[in-house]
Amino acid sequence: MAFENLSDKFQNIFKNMRRKGRLSEDDVKAALKEVKMALLEADVSFKVVKTFMKAVQEKAIGQDVMNGLNPGQMVIKIVNDEMTSLMGTETSELKLKGGNDVTVLMMMGLQGAGKTTTCAKLASKLRSRGRRPVIAACDIYRPAAIKQLQVSAEKVNVPVFEMGTETPPPQIAVKAVEYARENGYNVLLLDTAGRLQIDESMMEELQEIRRVVDVDQTILVVDAMTGQEAVNVAAAFEEKIGIDGVILTKLDGDTRGGAALSIRATCGKPILFVGMGEKSEDLEQFYPDRMSSRILGMGDVLSLIEKTQENLNEERAREMETKLRKASFGFDDYLESMEQMKKMGGMSSILQMLPGMGGSQLSQIEDQIDESQMKRTEAIILSMTPKERSNPDLLNQSRKIRIARGAGVDISEVNKLVKQFDQARKLMKQFGGKIGGKRRGGFKLPFGGGLF
Amino acid sequence: MAEEKKGFFKRLAAGLSKTRENIISGFDSVFVAYTEIDDDFYEELEEILIMGDVGIKAATDIIEDLKKKVIDKRIRNPQECRELLMESICGQMSVNEADYEFEKKKSVVLVVGVNGVGKTTSIGKLAWNLRNQGKSVCLAAADTFRAAAGEQLNEWAQRAEVPIISGQDGSDPGSVVYDAIASAKAKNTDVLIIDTAGRLHNKKNLMNELGKINRIIDREYPEAFRETLVVLDGTTGQNALSQAREFQAVTPVSGIILTKLDGTAKGGIAAAINSELGIPVKYIGVGEKIEDLQKFDADAFVKALFDVNIEND
Repeated sequence: MAFENLSDKFQNIFKNMRRKGRLSEDDVKAALKEVKMALLEADVSFKVVKTFMKAVQEKAIGQDVMNGLNPGQMVIKIVNDEMTSLMGTETSELKLKGGNDVTVLMMMGLQGAGKTTTCAKLASKLRSRGRRPVIAACDIYRPAAIKQLQVSAEKVNVPVFEMGTETPPPQIAVKAVEYARENGYNVLLLDTAGRLQIDESMMEELQEIRRVVDVDQTILVVDAMTGQEAVNVAAAFEEKIGIDGVILTKLDGDTRGGAALSIRATCGKPILFVGMGEKSEDLEQFYPDRMSSRILGMGDVLSLIEKTQENLNEERAREMETKLRKASFGFDDYLESMEQMKKMGGMSSILQMLPGMGGSQLSQIEDQIDESQMKRTEAIILSMTPKERSNPDLLNQSRKIRIARGAGVDISEVNKLVKQFDQARKLMKQFGGKIGGKRRGGFKLPFGGGLF
Repeated sequence: MAEEKKGFFKRLAAGLSKTRENIISGFDSVFVAYTEIDDDFYEELEEILIMGDVGIKAATDIIEDLKKKVIDKRIRNPQECRELLMESICGQMSVNEADYEFEKKKSVVLVVGVNGVGKTTSIGKLAWNLRNQGKSVCLAAADTFRAAAGEQLNEWAQRAEVPIISGQDGSDPGSVVYDAIASAKAKNTDVLIIDTAGRLHNKKNLMNELGKINRIIDREYPEAFRETLVVLDGTTGQNALSQAREFQAVTPVSGIILTKLDGTAKGGIAAAINSELGIPVKYIGVGEKIEDLQKFDADAFVKALFDVNIEND
């Protein structure tokens, strides 16, 4: 495949290094050359790559030759450390004022970066944290921009302040602040129009908004797929407006996301959130260390655990685990784990976070998981009686015929599901002792292995 | 450790600001700076190509091609490489007159792309463009997913003064396409342009939906000339290649619209797509106004690529 993931790339490089065990200076150089290529292919800015490689090489060569302790791991560690430091050493929280003070957030970026969608997602996120957000429609240029904002905001139940397309955006911003104060909102998001960083008059408009309104945070919204241009964009917005934080969108695509590194290196401002999908809960916290370990091919297992914990009630998880161990796992539990999975963004988004699941491997597996198949499975289970669901052994031929009819599928599909389910249960019985024993403290999958 | 990290970061920031202050002009600077053709010379040219988003593979290919020519023609002077280099990039980018065939026939133009690349805007401009050539044009708002996408296209339809067929938000895009084809046939419309929802190319279901739309057109309007344009954001990096490839897998892509080239982005990715996938860039978007969609001109494009600014260290 010409288009491997960056993770794959690194994995390939370091797989070879591990096998060698010890590394000479030349090996470090050769490996770093590959790393450089991988970074460039990942769209990390050329200038950033150059500086990055220089720094890593200086460190790697000196250290490795001197202590000679598992050099392969050493290089990984150095690359990882440097990359993490490049992306920010810690998670950055969005700073908001306390109480009823209105925090004004100005969203800005190029056209099509995803500002409007992100506005709605961010507002929704803030509200779930107990804030009272309102969004002001300051994009008076793009056709139907206000309407798009209204519809998106309505979906997440956040109010929109708008004054049509005739009032200049700075004036709208002023009025919006007044509106927010008078109506008891404490976060105001300004959804500005997309603009090119070289468009002087449009950049002046943002400066004007900053002059007339007390903007607390300016947030640059950037498409994660941006190429070498990312540096120019970040530099120009930083210079002319000033950037307080960055949101990276469309990271659920198969982009290698080199823009994250480039932008961070250029403006030095934290990446606050990443957009991982179409739904409002798909705006996630950005973890520099995890991002870099993900790039390095260690997988984002940490992120997966957290996501699961957020969505899964701890108690239910324990209950499920016990059931798994005793193999008293019924169709109801199966249905529930499917729901959990949907909340987490479907099977593929979970797979992406696991180590070694990048590029070609992922697409192979994706071919096997048909989400519409999951829907049919759901229909089959929903056509069972509660008794049948908790005790799958009840299912005889006549029951199966009834279920197939109820779900509108062929009886062979019901048979297949029941068979797979039985196999999974048997498997679980066998491994019953091991789950929770050997893997205690580790990550426990709440769904039956092999069922998908 | 924290101390060290800070030091590294500072160094990087300093490096970048130095770059900003110390800018000289692209390829030409290299041709002037070198008195003989050596590895460093080639490497610098390759760097400039990469900085224009041409990508490692295409950049390497172009430089290899140049090396071969230099040997074949026994060239010693770096200056003489300039023309050769332009030639070899240009060679990969040429567009035939035949590529605009759909403008002259009864045709259906399906416009696809990921989110936020400028599909709807490009369609508005293309419609205006065709109407100005005296063609009858109809738009189909088959983006029933994104909030207010239909309204946005509607606005463009009004500006371009062309009719539009749309459905309810959230309705099946296939049904909109079906209606639009019926209308185009009834009114004897020259060009039917179909706007589709932005979709990330790795989302299987959405891509399948596109395949379905494609089949509907084939089935309902087999006599129409088919044109499928992928819209790519000119600021996108190497991922654009993946986008083009995936869209090609579900619908026969015949051309590319490269948007947002009015900034400083060079859209060098076009060269990579052209050489790797053989899909020509047919139009470029260079601004916000309705007339800001141009037919692609390889010469002008390569010249712009040559204008990249680089660090001279």
